[in-house]
Amino acid sequence: MKIPFSPEQASTIAGSIDAIYLYIVAVTIFFTALIYGLVAVFAVQYRRKSPDEVPGAIHGHNGLEITWTVIPLIISMTMFIWGTVVFFHYARPPKDAQEIFVVGKQWMWKIQHPSGKREINELHVPINKPVRLKMTSEDVLHSFYIPAFRVKMDVIPGRYSSLWFEATRLGSYHLFCTEYCGTQHSGMIGKVHVLSQEDYQKWLETGSAANTPVPVSGQELFKTLNCATCHNSGSGALGPNLNGIYGKPVQLADGSTVTADDKYIRRSILKPADQVVAGYAALMPSYQGQVNEEQIMQLIEYIKGLKETSAPAPASATEV
Amino acid sequence: MNSSGKKTNYLNASHTLSSWFLTVDHKRIAILYLITISIFFFIGGLFAALIRLELLTPAGDLFKSDEYNKLFTLHGIVMIFFFLIPSVPAVLGNFLIPIMIGAKDLAFPRINLLSWYIYVIGATLATLAIMVGGVDTGWTFYTPYSTVYSNGAVALTIVGAFITGFSSILTGLNFLVTIHKMRAPGMTWFRLPLFVWAHYATSLIMVLATPVLASALFLLFLERVFHIGIFNPALGGDPVLFQHLFWFYSHPAVYIMILPSMGVMSELFAAFSRKRIFGYEFVACSSLAIAILGFFVWGHHMFVSGQSMYAGMVFSVLSFLVAIPSAVKAFNWSATLYKGSISYETPMLYAFGFIGLFTIGGLTGLFLSTMAVDVHVHDTYFVVAHFHYIMVGGVLMGYLGGLHYWWPKITGRLYPEAWAKLSALLVFVGFNLTFFPQFLLGYMGMPRRYHMYPEEFQVLNVCSSLGASVLGIGYFLPLVYFLWSLKFGKESPANPWGAKGLEWEIQSPPTTHNFDEIPVVTEEAYAYAKEDGKHHG
Repeated sequence: MKIPFSPEQASTIAGSIDAIYLYIVAVTIFFTALIYGLVAVFAVQYRRKSPDEVPGAIHGHNGLEITWTVIPLIISMTMFIWGTVVFFHYARPPKDAQEIFVVGKQWMWKIQHPSGKREINELHVPINKPVRLKMTSEDVLHSFYIPAFRVKMDVIPGRYSSLWFEATRLGSYHLFCTEYCGTQHSGMIGKVHVLSQEDYQKWLETGSAANTPVPVSGQELFKTLNCATCHNSGSGALGPNLNGIYGKPVQLADGSTVTADDKYIRRSILKPADQVVAGYAALMPSYQGQVNEEQIMQLIEYIKGLKETSAPAPASATEV
Repeated sequence: MNSSGKKTNYLNASHTLSSWFLTVDHKRIAILYLITISIFFFIGGLFAALIRLELLTPAGDLFKSDEYNKLFTLHGIVMIFFFLIPSVPAVLGNFLIPIMIGAKDLAFPRINLLSWYIYVIGATLATLAIMVGGVDTGWTFYTPYSTVYSNGAVALTIVGAFITGFSSILTGLNFLVTIHKMRAPGMTWFRLPLFVWAHYATSLIMVLATPVLASALFLLFLERVFHIGIFNPALGGDPVLFQHLFWFYSHPAVYIMILPSMGVMSELFAAFSRKRIFGYEFVACSSLAIAILGFFVWGHHMFVSGQSMYAGMVFSVLSFLVAIPSAVKAFNWSATLYKGSISYETPMLYAFGFIGLFTIGGLTGLFLSTMAVDVHVHDTYFVVAHFHYIMVGGVLMGYLGGLHYWWPKITGRLYPEAWAKLSALLVFVGFNLTFFPQFLLGYMGMPRRYHMYPEEFQVLNVCSSLGASVLGIGYFLPLVYFLWSLKFGKESPANPWGAKGLEWEIQSPPTTHNFDEIPVVTEEAYAYAKEDGKHHG
C-alpha cells in the first residue's frame, strides 16, 4: 500500500511504521476536527448579540475534566506501546544479519562489504536478507538515513552504532545524512541499490581480484603492525592471547571484568592503558593515528574470527 | 493632570534619555524589551526569508553552502535566544504581572533593569559574532562539530547566549518573588489571573533549567578554546553527553516559550467570551504539570543517538504524559466559549489562530514521541514543521494576540481594527501554507538543514516559500499600524474591551506607580457574571 506523500515501502519494517503513522494521523484528524468543530460551533452559536450582554458563569465540570484527561491518556498509551514494540524489534538486529561496514566522514559514506568490496556513497544490498550496518565516524556526528526503509541511526565518532533492515523491493533509493555535519552536509547523500541475491553475488564478484576480505585485511594489519609479537599463545607472551577472546569476559588489572566486544577491542587498540588485562604489564603503545577507522574495523573482524583452537598465532597464522 | 483629564502617565512622566535607560519602572523596561526584541524578530525573519528564497529551487544557486548553513544557524539562534524566550515574559509579563496582582512594581526593580542590560550585552556579542563571520553549527551547537570542526565565530556566539541566559534567570527570579510576596490584599493564589499562573510555572523553568544550559555552553567553550577534552572523542570526551546537557535545558525551554503564550490565551478567551475560564484550577495546575514533566523528556530528542532503548522507552512514555496537560488546556479553552458572549476583535482572532495552530503542533508531537515513527521523521522537515507550529504558531500567535489586547493599555492608543484583522488572517493562512507542506516533506524523507535537495521535493518547497511571503506581510503589517497608532490612533479609554482584571481598572496608559492606593481584591479572576451559573460539576 502506498500512502500519499510518503516514500516507497522497501523494507520489512516500513509497513509497520506506516501503520502506526496512519493510526496517529487518524487520531490527529479526529482531535483537530473535534477542537476546530467545538470552537467554530460555539463561536457562532454564542456570538455576542448585544454590547452589554453578560453570560452566566460556569465554573467547570469535574466529570468532563476527567474525561478529557483519561481518554487522551489511554489513546496516547496505545501509541506508546505500539511504537515501542516496533522500535524494540528495530533496535535488535537478527543474529544472522549480514554485516556491512560504514564509515562516515565529511562528506562521504565509505562502505565495505565483508568480502572486501568497497563503495562510496552507494550501498548495494541483497533483497530479503537481513543486513546490519556497523557504523562509525572519522570526524563529526553523521546520521545514516534511508527513507524508503524507514531507518535512521546516528553515526558517532569514537563509537559503533548499528542499524539493520531487510529490503523487500528491488530498486534504488535515497541515502541521506541527517545529522548536520558542516559545509557539504546536503551533499552527503547517495543511493541504496536493492539487488536480487544472485545479482548481489555477481556484483560482489566483479573486480573481486582486487578485493581482500575484511578479516584478511585485518590479518595483514595484524602482521604489519607486529601485533603478534606480544599477542600470541606462547607462554611468556607479553600480551594476552587473543584466540577465542571475542565475546568472552576479560579480567582486568583493576579487578573489574569487561566483555571483549567491538568497543573493548577498539579502545584497547587506541588507548591500551585504559583497560589493562590482569596479569600483564601496561606495555602496549597506543595505535591512535596509525590505524584509521576502517582498519580498526578490519582488525576487530580478524580478532573475532580467531578460534580458541587456532594455531598459535605468530606471524604465520593463516586461518580466518 | 494634563488637558485630557488624565494623570501624568508612565510614558509622559519624563522624556530624557536617562529617564529611559536608567528607569526602574517595570512598564518602561517592558518597552525597552519590546523595542529590542522586535529588532531581533525582524533580523531573524530576514534570515528566514533568505532561507526560503534559497529553497525555491533544488540547486544551491543563491548562496554558497557555508552561507546557507550560517543563515539557518543565525535564524535559530536569533529567534530562540533573542526573541522567543524573552518575548511574552519580558514584554507582556514585565508590564502586566505587577499590575495584575495589584503591586506598584516587581520585587526587584533594579534587577529587572539589569536583566535588560544583560540581555542587550549578550545580544550585542551575538550580533558581533554575526558580523565577524557568523556561525554555522546550527542553534543546537552539537559537538564535536562545534568544538573542533566549525570555522565560525562559535566562542563569541556561545558567550553571547551564555550571558543572555542570566537575563532569563534574573527575570524568572524576579517574577517568582513578586508573585509570592507582592500580591495585593485579597489576591489569593486561586484568584490570580491565569496569565500570572503561567508565568509562575515559566519562571520555575527559567530559574532551574537555564543554569544547565550555561554549564553546557561553558564546557563547550572550554573545549573549543582551551582544547580540554569533554565532548570530543579524540580527546577522550563524549559527544552524546553534550546532547543530554543541551536538551536538558532546551526542551524545557520550549515550555519557557509556550507557557506564557498559553497564559495570554486564557486572558483572551475569558475577555472575549466575558466568562471565567472553564476549569480554572485545571488550567492553572496544568501549567505546573507541564513545567515539572517538561524536565524529564529531553531524551526524546535522542531516540536515534545511540542511547539505550530502555532509556528511550522511558523518555517516550513521559513525552506522551507531558502532552496531556496541554490537551486539558485546549479543551478548557474550547469549553469556555460554551454559552459565552463571544466577540471577534483582533486579539480573539489570534486566540482562535492559536488554538488552530497549537492543536496541530501538539498533536504532531505524538508522532515524535512514538519511537518507531520518530526513527523515520527525526531530523527531517517533519520536526521542523512540528516545532514551528508550536514555537511560531503557538508562541507568536499568543504574543501578537497579547500585544493587540494590551496595546491600548500599554500605549493609550487604539490600533486600526480592520488592518489588524487582516494581519491576523494573513498570519494564519500564511503560516499554514508555509509549514503544513513541511510535514509532508518530512514524511517523504527530506532532511532538515539541507542547502540542496532532490527535485521531487521542489513543489512542496515552493508552496512553503510562497506561504512564507504571505506570512511575512502578516508580520510586517502590525509593525506599521502599531507605529502609526502611536501618533494617529484614537485615545483609548481605561477599559476598551469591557474586560475584567486589575489592569483594566487603572487608566491607559497607567501612571508610573500603577495604583494610587493598593487595591483590595474581593473577587475571583474573570468575575464577569454577578451570580454563579448552576453548572459546577
